[in-house]
Amino acid sequence: MKAWPFVRRGLVAVARVSVAGLLSFPVHLVLFVLTLVSFVLTLAGAGLVLAPLVQMLVRRYANLRRRLARDWAGVEIAVPYRPKPGGAWLGSPKRWLWLVRDPATWRDLLWLLAGAPIGTAMGLATVIFLVYGLQGIILAPVIAEAQSGPYGYGVTWPVDDLADFLLVPPQGALITFGVLYAAPWLVWGLARYDQSLLGPTRSATLERRVEGLTRTRTQVVDAQAAELRRIERDLHDGAQARIVALGMSLGMAEDLVVRDPAAAQALIAEAREASGLALAELRQLVRGIHPPVLAERGLLGGLRALALTLPLPVTVDGDLPGRPPAPVESAAYFAAVEALANVVKHSGATAPWVSLSYLGGALYLTVGDNGVGGAAPRAGSGLSGVERRLAAFDGVLRVDSPPGGPTVLTMELPCALSSPKISPSSATA
Amino acid sequence: MRVVIAEDLALLRDGLIRLLHAYGFEVLAAVDNGADLRTALLELRPDVAVVDVRLPPTFTDEGLRAAIAARAEVPGLPVLVLSQHVEQLYARELLSDRHGGVGYLLKDRVATVSEFIDAVRRVAAGGTAMDPEVVSQLLARYAGAPTRALTPREREVLALMAEGRSNNAIAARLYVTEKAIGKHINGIFSKLGLPPSEDDNRRVLAVLAYLNA
Repeated sequence: MKAWPFVRRGLVAVARVSVAGLLSFPVHLVLFVLTLVSFVLTLAGAGLVLAPLVQMLVRRYANLRRRLARDWAGVEIAVPYRPKPGGAWLGSPKRWLWLVRDPATWRDLLWLLAGAPIGTAMGLATVIFLVYGLQGIILAPVIAEAQSGPYGYGVTWPVDDLADFLLVPPQGALITFGVLYAAPWLVWGLARYDQSLLGPTRSATLERRVEGLTRTRTQVVDAQAAELRRIERDLHDGAQARIVALGMSLGMAEDLVVRDPAAAQALIAEAREASGLALAELRQLVRGIHPPVLAERGLLGGLRALALTLPLPVTVDGDLPGRPPAPVESAAYFAAVEALANVVKHSGATAPWVSLSYLGGALYLTVGDNGVGGAAPRAGSGLSGVERRLAAFDGVLRVDSPPGGPTVLTMELPCALSSPKISPSSATA
Repeated sequence: MRVVIAEDLALLRDGLIRLLHAYGFEVLAAVDNGADLRTALLELRPDVAVVDVRLPPTFTDEGLRAAIAARAEVPGLPVLVLSQHVEQLYARELLSDRHGGVGYLLKDRVATVSEFIDAVRRVAAGGTAMDPEVVSQLLARYAGAPTRALTPREREVLALMAEGRSNNAIAARLYVTEKAIGKHINGIFSKLGLPPSEDDNRRVLAVLAYLNA
């Protein structure tokens, strides 16, 4: 263990735990009392305004502690408050009820109360032990000299002769070391305490999840219905109409084949042409529903094939230990289609790239380019379409596109992979 | 000429057998899956094979893989691959061994019987038959630099050449003399910086390799 980083880490943690811990006593108690008073004053009417104001303060402070828990100890605490309903202006009963009905409000209150002694104890203990330890190292000789009565340190009590005296600094060093070692754990412990009461309860988490699912499900159902309507229209006006024409040509040719072979031949040629056009339209349609190459080669192969059809040289690389479920594969593929179309249309890039990987239960699809940047998922843009596509699978899109570029889009799709299919021919190919 | 057919849909398989039979081909075997295809290709050594990309048991690209695997063992084994859709990726894979005797066509092309039979014969003779859609995509993609220097007529000739057609066939298609085509081809080769070659097949492969780069 390197000495200086250890000491620095310890000192930073000591500062954090003592500031947060010692401040928690006055701050927590003041906020706790204010909360109680403001709710009691509701009986007199004033609480309708006061309680929301105090809660604003409490929540702001709680949010600060949530942020500190993440920044200092890496403990993530989700904000559990329910979204404010519309028309809940300050002073309205609706606003008051929104706060009272939210279990997070009462958990905050409990957190304030219990946090005061916990924080104080942690802060005080840290400061006292650090001071005592340092005193053992540096000041013990001076104090012993200045003091008339018996003096002791640590387990050496009293300090009488030189031998006892020499035992003091090592003890001080040990205590200081202990404090520096323990302080980061205290910061972590405080963060875990915050997490236990400031984080969402299980039911709040589930509630939120249900809300999210309801929203994305509606989007998916709408998108699917629109897609089916488009397919129906395309078939109706395209392939179906052409096959009708084809049947007519063949029927007429059948009639004419004896009387006028030349005319019949012309009609048959026409029929063949109609069949070609119908096939071309069906091909186009199938490509839009589920590209055949995706079924044949999987996501990576599909993306490679896609890259070859674009007017820019796209680099595709990646490695998947198995195949994602077909719907995820399809969503990722079409997200890439959209992202690359954006690159071609807007970025002015010369060397886009696509990369695919699987990490910790999620598929990562990254599309980058060396273009002008400034991409953002504005409403109605291609990127917001990508977001919607991914949302159906709990996926998220991250856009990193400073003006001037480069742009990197990262799409994350949680999914499980099936084990790679070993077919007899692919093993030898 | 001896031919092996691989197609899993009975309707299309029977159609292909009838068609090839009518044009004097001897159908050695008509199989419906990838494993049988490989066996047939390696044991029967046909003059040409007509293969559907998607075959059982996986219904992915069994046919294509079997064809490529067989060609790895028997270089230049003539294979004409048929598919409902064309992919640059597959064309590239088929062409990558630089041996001739490769074809890649949409299934629709079978309907134009004489051209289809011509393509089968060309592949059997060690030539190539690339679908016009593959070629037009290739040309659209590399609209860049050297191909831009070509005249419209030269682009037409380049496209037909990339499909694998002989000078003779290109001349007939464009209603000009074979000599004029020869001149266009020389022009194309010098503009693209490709080494001239008298051999038709080698020339086609050079053009495809150039466009595929």
